[in-house]
Amino acid sequence: MAESITLTIDGRGTTVAAGSTVAAAIAGVTRRSVSGQLRAPLCGMGVCQECRVTINGRAHVLSCQTLCRSGMDVQTGAVA
Amino acid sequence: MTQFFDILVIGAGPAGLAAGHAAASAGSTRRIAIVDDNPLAGGQIWRGGPAKQADQRARRLWQDLQGASNVTFLAGTRVLMQTQAGELLVQDAEQASTIRYNQLILATGARELLLPFPGWTLPGVTGAGGLQALAKGGYPVQGKRVVVAGTGPLLLAVAATLKERGAIIAAIVEQAGMPALARFAASLALTPSKAVQAARLGVALRGIPYFANSYVTSARGDLQLTSVQVQRKGAKSDIDCDYLACGYGLLPNTELARALGCEIDQGAVRTDPWQRTSVPNVLCAGEGTGVGGVDLALVEGRIAGLAACGEGVTPDLLTERTQWQGFAARLARTFAPRQELRTLAQPDTVVCRCEDVCHEELREQPSWRSAKLQTRCGMGPCQGRICGNATDFLYGWRPDAVRTPISPARAGSIITLEPHKET
Repeated sequence: MAESITLTIDGRGTTVAAGSTVAAAIAGVTRRSVSGQLRAPLCGMGVCQECRVTINGRAHVLSCQTLCRSGMDVQTGAVA
Repeated sequence: MTQFFDILVIGAGPAGLAAGHAAASAGSTRRIAIVDDNPLAGGQIWRGGPAKQADQRARRLWQDLQGASNVTFLAGTRVLMQTQAGELLVQDAEQASTIRYNQLILATGARELLLPFPGWTLPGVTGAGGLQALAKGGYPVQGKRVVVAGTGPLLLAVAATLKERGAIIAAIVEQAGMPALARFAASLALTPSKAVQAARLGVALRGIPYFANSYVTSARGDLQLTSVQVQRKGAKSDIDCDYLACGYGLLPNTELARALGCEIDQGAVRTDPWQRTSVPNVLCAGEGTGVGGVDLALVEGRIAGLAACGEGVTPDLLTERTQWQGFAARLARTFAPRQELRTLAQPDTVVCRCEDVCHEELREQPSWRSAKLQTRCGMGPCQGRICGNATDFLYGWRPDAVRTPISPARAGSIITLEPHKET
């Protein structure tokens, strides 16, 4: 069985298999659009920017191109 | 910090890996680097790392590249702009730096054509290759009901990947009509390896409903996708699902090539028989020169790698390339998006997802430039990569010159530039 990683998403601990992307750990809404709509990953490959979240305090990181690391703190835009 | 490489390859998909491999094989004195914005090499088709692929070409390329002392792989690194001739500014998760090169090989791949329809912004709606890429990154699809829609053989590969990972494929919805699909299937005899691949996919997907001549007209749900409406046989029907993976084929990523001044022809980077672009010392291989799949990407990458080293290219490579270019042309003919897809967006359908600009605001605009100025369409962080293709399809707009940085950059990455290097 693959090694697992525990990270925090919007304050909640989440455990995923090693090698998972942050987008996979979130598996849902990543941001709110400029008019307030909920958005989730679209292109899956670093182009559309819909999956951007804040990771360890750094804003606008593409969660589909970021691998989960132990202890990562992820803030989505889903929580108003 | 500035690094120097004799040969710099942008993109670690099949074309980039083949280019790096060919260059490394041509001599061990040249310093070669392969840059990719993903954390692992492999591009989209070999996502998750070339070492983990069933395709042995991926494993061999990667094994050889790992063993070559003159090849450096720079993962998680995104190109921002050209700083001066022969030098690029790049950024990784931590810092910005510059890379100088003698020869540059662009292997920047393709992205999906994602077209607006009511509900396409709902969480749960993704690209077709998009959901495949997400699933390969561990996105949970186990037990989820998925409709795979759009066009092209990619839909079959996507459905197979998702099924393998435990998804329930509710239907595959292909916009191309049966006569075109039948002609394409018959033409697979010209490319036996593709015929074998198609047969394997056919077995893997046995029992899954496949609707040709059909397309998704809308996605529904409150906060999350719950169903899609499909136009099929002259009638509309609803299919319940958790995910809709919908993509209308692939288009070359040409932003970096355009930023460097390379000539573009019908949306793809124009190259000569040695994969050279119109800009000296800049070559291009793979989907960037026109979408043709992994086999064409591999042979183009190989030719580009050899040409960048000043090595001769054997006629058999050129013949192989011609064969796969034929396949690419048949793909493009068979799976060209149908006219009806232009009529799906409603007045209140968002077209530019970054700036939430709707169809009713855009259809009044005469051009891409005017739309940008009047509505902010294309001015968001994707820099028109998604809506630019959609508005080209919907309104016939051609995006104007690419602006640098070509990807969203941290302010610090730009500030570190020495003043004389600014372009």
